[in-house]
Amino acid sequence: MIGHIASRLGQALLASFGVLTIVFFIMRLSGDPTLLLVPEGASLEQINQLRHQLGFDRPLPIQFAAYLGDLARLDFGESLVQRAPVLGIVAERIPYTVALASGALLVAIGIGIPAGIVMAVARGTWLERALAGFVLAGQSLPTFWSGILLILLFGVTLGWLPTSGADGIASLIMPSLALGAVGMSTFARMTRIAVLDELSRDYVTAARARGLSRGQAVVGHVLRNAAVPVVTIAALEIGNLLAGAVIVETVFAWPGIGQLAIQSIQSRDFLVVQTVVLFVSLVYVATNLLADLLYALIDPRIRMGA
Amino acid sequence: MRRISPGMMVVLGLLALFVAAALAAPLLSPFDPLRQSLLLRLKPPGSLLGGRTFILGTDDLGRDLLSRVLFGARVSLLVSVVAVALSFVVGTALGMVAGWYRGAVAVVIMRLVDTMLSIPAILLAVLTVAVLGPGFLNLVVVLGLTRWPRYARVAYGQTLQVAVLPYIRAAEMAGAGSTRILWRHILPNIAGPLMVVATSEFGLMILFEAGLSFLGLGIQPPAPSWGSIMAAGRQYVERAWWLTVFPGACLFGVVLCVNVTGDWLRDRLDPRAASR
Repeated sequence: MIGHIASRLGQALLASFGVLTIVFFIMRLSGDPTLLLVPEGASLEQINQLRHQLGFDRPLPIQFAAYLGDLARLDFGESLVQRAPVLGIVAERIPYTVALASGALLVAIGIGIPAGIVMAVARGTWLERALAGFVLAGQSLPTFWSGILLILLFGVTLGWLPTSGADGIASLIMPSLALGAVGMSTFARMTRIAVLDELSRDYVTAARARGLSRGQAVVGHVLRNAAVPVVTIAALEIGNLLAGAVIVETVFAWPGIGQLAIQSIQSRDFLVVQTVVLFVSLVYVATNLLADLLYALIDPRIRMGA
Repeated sequence: MRRISPGMMVVLGLLALFVAAALAAPLLSPFDPLRQSLLLRLKPPGSLLGGRTFILGTDDLGRDLLSRVLFGARVSLLVSVVAVALSFVVGTALGMVAGWYRGAVAVVIMRLVDTMLSIPAILLAVLTVAVLGPGFLNLVVVLGLTRWPRYARVAYGQTLQVAVLPYIRAAEMAGAGSTRILWRHILPNIAGPLMVVATSEFGLMILFEAGLSFLGLGIQPPAPSWGSIMAAGRQYVERAWWLTVFPGACLFGVVLCVNVTGDWLRDRLDPRAASR
């Protein structure tokens, strides 16, 4: 078990290092990162001064080492637009995105898992086909369209919910539904497969032979075993929800890190954009690790095998 | 070959319609999609003005929405086809090389694949487009170069399996070089699973193009893209529902058809998947 954890931890560290490296090089794709950071209309002299100040005139390997050193000290630099440390600017917005992602996860799990179970149990019936269509639609729905449709229905036509901004829990309902719809499909598909896999096993036949109804067998035995892959999906979905928040937050003017990233691109505040991308990617790596470890914890076969 | 079900025929027909609309946009459009008129701002669908009918209404600059949606289909199709082709070629080539040579080459390539996959794709695209600047070419290159790892992973696994088969040994003994074996003997045998990946990626690319354009990072105004039309429409959602509903419905419909086709293709190519 300890060997398994250590190897997964090593992989996660390697992936994190890879993420930092890729972001470092993307920021330098345009040739001169200084140009990304100067305010519009800066003179050549100011640009040269800033380049020297930020160390972009040094050799690339030294820049990379300095970048890693800064990040290790949690120094994400200073926003030249807002004249404040980037860490504070981003940290201020994180609770909003966490609230949105939690709401969306609730929607995804609350609808997706029951839908998946019903699809597996009602296999081959009209109910399964109807739900399959529903799931496929959720998967193909662009969040910015479903978001706007929700705004049209509940905000404009019915006037039940606020159309944008962060004004209490009511403002969170529509963004959560829009963002959760995609995750819902993932949960439904995975739950269906997991339940179907378990339904074909001998212990289900044995339980049925002992006189349990199909429903009793599912509730009493199948769900517990089918939970293993589904828990993993839940951990993986967190990263996807954070990434999807970029678009949903823009639709609903929800003041999380996704909206911050887009606003910062428009105001040419690239250190903020870089920090948001690093943050979400590192959370993504961390949730992947968490998924692996949970999997091993729940399922002894993996623990022993490794 | 199994027969194609009637439902599937409808889906394929709708996709063909999308492609036809995109290709024939200049012929089908009733008006110039860029022509502005302040007198015709935000007219609802079916408006009859000065002897001309605006079937889907007009936008905030008085441009005909139907013409813009048709030209938007063009952008959507072009971006996604080129981006899918680019990522398919890059990913398949790298994956096959990793699977054929194994060893250190494979470790380096597959590590890169794992790392790329640990950055959420939409963020990777947002950051890269933001750095390089928006526009058609940058959009296509960024989408193409951020989405190759999935093909690499599939091509790698498939190549590993195929490379040990007797007919590959036979080709080697007959004197065929690595390039020839990869191109002539391995690629045709791993193309099926790669096509399944390409179909699902095609749907994703259409969504990404629209999403990035919605965020202002894709196709730039005044050129029409479904995403950018909807971004402008978001501001007028209370007065002009048609600006977001129609382009969004097209987007949703096309992606839905692509996803259904992807599932169908996977079931055809892999009967084991169909049985579950």
